[in-house]
Amino acid sequence: MKAFLLLPCLLALLFATPGRAAATENPRALIARAATEAQPAQARQLLAAAVGRADESVAPLLDAWRRDALFLHAQADGGRVAVLLTGEKDERGAQSALRAADGQPLQDEAGRPVRLVAADLPAAEHDASLRRTMKAILDLAELAAVDPTRRARSVRNLGLAQDAEKLPVLLARESVESAPEVRRALREAIALLRLKDPREEIRVAALQELQAVSSLATSDLLARVVQEEAAAGNRLALEAARRAQQAVEWHRTKVDFAGTLFRGLSLGSILLVAALGLAITFGLMRVINMAHGELIAVGAYTTYLTQAVFGTGMTLPCFGLSVPIPGLQFSGAAREAYFIAALPASFLAAATVGLLLERGIIRFLYRRPLESLLATWGVSLVLQQAFRLIFGANNVQVSSPSYLSGNWLVGDVILGWNRVFVIGFALLIVLGMGLVLTRTSLGLLIRASMQNRTMAACLGVRTERVNALTFALGSGLAGLAGAFLSQIGNVGPSLGQGYIIDSFMVVVVGGVGSLGGTILSAFGIGGIDQVLQQYLPLVAPGLAWVPGIGGFLQNLAQDAAVFGKILVLAGIILFLQWRPAGLFAPRSRSLDE
Amino acid sequence: MNTPARQVPRLETILLLALGVALVVVLPLLHAAGLLSSFTLGVWGKYLCYAMLALSVDLLWGHTGLLSLGQALFFTLGGYLHGMYLMRMIGELGQYRKPIPDFLVFLGWERLPAFWEPFASFPFAVAMVFLIPGLVAFGFGYLAFRSRVKGVYFSILTQALTYAASIMFFRNNLLLGGNNGFTDFKFILGHRLDDPTTTRALYLASAVALFLAVAFCRWLRGTKFGLVQHAIRDGENRVLFSGYAAVHFKLFVFVVAALIAAVGGALYTPQVGIINPGEMQPEKSLEAVVWVALGGRGTLLGPVLGAVSVNALKSWATRAYPDLWLILLGGIFVLAVLFLPGGLVSLPARLRALFSRRPPS
Repeated sequence: MKAFLLLPCLLALLFATPGRAAATENPRALIARAATEAQPAQARQLLAAAVGRADESVAPLLDAWRRDALFLHAQADGGRVAVLLTGEKDERGAQSALRAADGQPLQDEAGRPVRLVAADLPAAEHDASLRRTMKAILDLAELAAVDPTRRARSVRNLGLAQDAEKLPVLLARESVESAPEVRRALREAIALLRLKDPREEIRVAALQELQAVSSLATSDLLARVVQEEAAAGNRLALEAARRAQQAVEWHRTKVDFAGTLFRGLSLGSILLVAALGLAITFGLMRVINMAHGELIAVGAYTTYLTQAVFGTGMTLPCFGLSVPIPGLQFSGAAREAYFIAALPASFLAAATVGLLLERGIIRFLYRRPLESLLATWGVSLVLQQAFRLIFGANNVQVSSPSYLSGNWLVGDVILGWNRVFVIGFALLIVLGMGLVLTRTSLGLLIRASMQNRTMAACLGVRTERVNALTFALGSGLAGLAGAFLSQIGNVGPSLGQGYIIDSFMVVVVGGVGSLGGTILSAFGIGGIDQVLQQYLPLVAPGLAWVPGIGGFLQNLAQDAAVFGKILVLAGIILFLQWRPAGLFAPRSRSLDE
Repeated sequence: MNTPARQVPRLETILLLALGVALVVVLPLLHAAGLLSSFTLGVWGKYLCYAMLALSVDLLWGHTGLLSLGQALFFTLGGYLHGMYLMRMIGELGQYRKPIPDFLVFLGWERLPAFWEPFASFPFAVAMVFLIPGLVAFGFGYLAFRSRVKGVYFSILTQALTYAASIMFFRNNLLLGGNNGFTDFKFILGHRLDDPTTTRALYLASAVALFLAVAFCRWLRGTKFGLVQHAIRDGENRVLFSGYAAVHFKLFVFVVAALIAAVGGALYTPQVGIINPGEMQPEKSLEAVVWVALGGRGTLLGPVLGAVSVNALKSWATRAYPDLWLILLGGIFVLAVLFLPGGLVSLPARLRALFSRRPPS
């Protein structure tokens, strides 16, 4: 109630003469001047000019004033200056003095810093009304924050609090605000505050405004308004409230759908990155590499090692011995650059492991694909256990560099930077892969050897070497995928197991040997998975009607993540009924292709 | 008549019979005489159940050329269906002293869900052990074989099926115990499970079931059906062009293999005392394939030998070298695939060949 009386007069003052003059003055200086003012009315006027303009940096100053720690120092010219005393007391009890107006040390005419004794100085006066104004300044400090996001947030909070007394402050802010984001928030907040108006036509106008803004945050509030207006029997307002509510719900539906699409896109990219290496080794070379997941893990662990090397180093519990890894002791941006270095490192590490695998085992099994499946599964077991013994059985911590951890908010849809990055990067490596395969001589040799190994050999292609290089390339891509997945999920010994089945599905659905099919199927599977996860709970009640197992299905559909995955797998099995060789089947006249 | 090709099966028959007698007669007798502990007999019972799983893998992979990575699914399904009966037999002896299984009490159920009701009957549970895995195998096999999914694709699809089922069984909402599965069984057919006589009876049932399954596979191999089966493995297109509906043959074998695995699983649950979705995970199927590969695919002795030897090794190694067990298993696998494609069974013949190649001194 106090503020109710105070604020209109404050705001009247804001636009009155001292306010105008003060409008150009730094709020901190204004406060300092108010402290020196002998007339309480004048002081109030000056202080009121700072409401809604001063950000939170004035908090210590106001706090000192309230605690009687803001002192007035009489200067030689007779004027008074507000000072804060800081630092150690010397034997006289004197401390160094800071000017309240700018926080700089107070100097005498000779330019020496002035030291003052607190007990000798009068503290700045304050009465109840001044203290209320100070509180108003602090309450609304966020409104003047430098960062527009914070300004918008504080405006929204004011709106949701629906304190009608704050309306003049918001209107004042609206007249000076220029950031579009904050202006939108202001429109919403002002409309919300006007909902408290006793006049129905104002409320209807406010509801129409809310309908136009359709902000998600107002959803609960609008539901309440609908109830209130229905109870009060205001037909016009009820109608407007219903319409505003519908607009908000429709907006929510759109935002949810856009969010689902984005998550589908990002899941698709993750699948694509994970499956791309497999599209080479399985799709082109027809080697069933069950250790593909472990090659992904090699990439993720390499990222982890790179992070440690750029940082403070670490000690690995490698096979029971403590192996120290020295760190470069970087800090700040140089340390965050580790991820850039980790990309080629993880590619090379996984490619090396892949090369060894090809030379050591797989080259003996090109004619026995099912047995290459079994042998590489053996390798995957060995590698998993090796990870456990080298890095420990628990997940290791890979921190995201600051340029990958953050969000974009595009029209209420939250886009994580790491996910946007994964999408971009997936497209980049697909493009790179496509160029390597179609535009370089290595790509030509790869394609020739994969299509007909014997014929290529007859034409003088060193197919042994091409095989080894191709397998290393596919493995390196798996390593790159690992570097990315380390930014999204956990890095642990069984990291690869989580991706191996999905990766195989992507390649099989896409059509073995077809990069385009792999891309399409990765995004298709990712998108469908996310759509099912989002909308399955909505159809769950509808499943109750299935005779016999309705309740059971309904129960399952509640677990949207799992049930969605199961439906996707079932969908894949059915899809292969229709197209047994995948989306883009290689055309061939041979029978046993 | 004395050609080596004929000699090997006869040798196999003798070995199989000897093994059968040892497993079905000698071990239980030793136990009855008190020379073998109940624990050891139980462990052997577990190995024999695993041997049935291996046999089902071999029937598909070794004899029909279908590498199924989903046999652990049928094994675990059998285990769960029998486990449901065993759970009902706990009665009110659970921790919560309620007439429904503990995990249901924990999930807030007051009454038994409808599909749990009939499992109090043993014949019903046994019928389900055959029916449900059989139906799953039939449905999946029909879809897969009709669209002529084969080779590697079949392996990947069966793996996906197992994976889908395992993530489903891990959920509490399925009302099958979530990731803890079923455990703390007390009675089977009115007998206490911790009774040595029950242990022996269960062991005997496993041994006899395995023996029957092996005998069935051996009989099948000798029939015309078996010939077609091998022909499908060696050249499916020729079989098709000769006018055989390969789909029907494959479907039949797939269902039979699923049933063998399911029976193995059903016998496994009471002997081990626990069944959980971990048994269903894709790597379990692959592990069963390792047993067959190591023992010798396409033979009857091989899978049994492989399952028993690898699991005996596992029992020992997981205790002696817990950290190195997986490396050992993976290493054995790689080496077996690279250097011993015929498995342990082919070892004598290989050694003989090695020695006979030496010039006589």
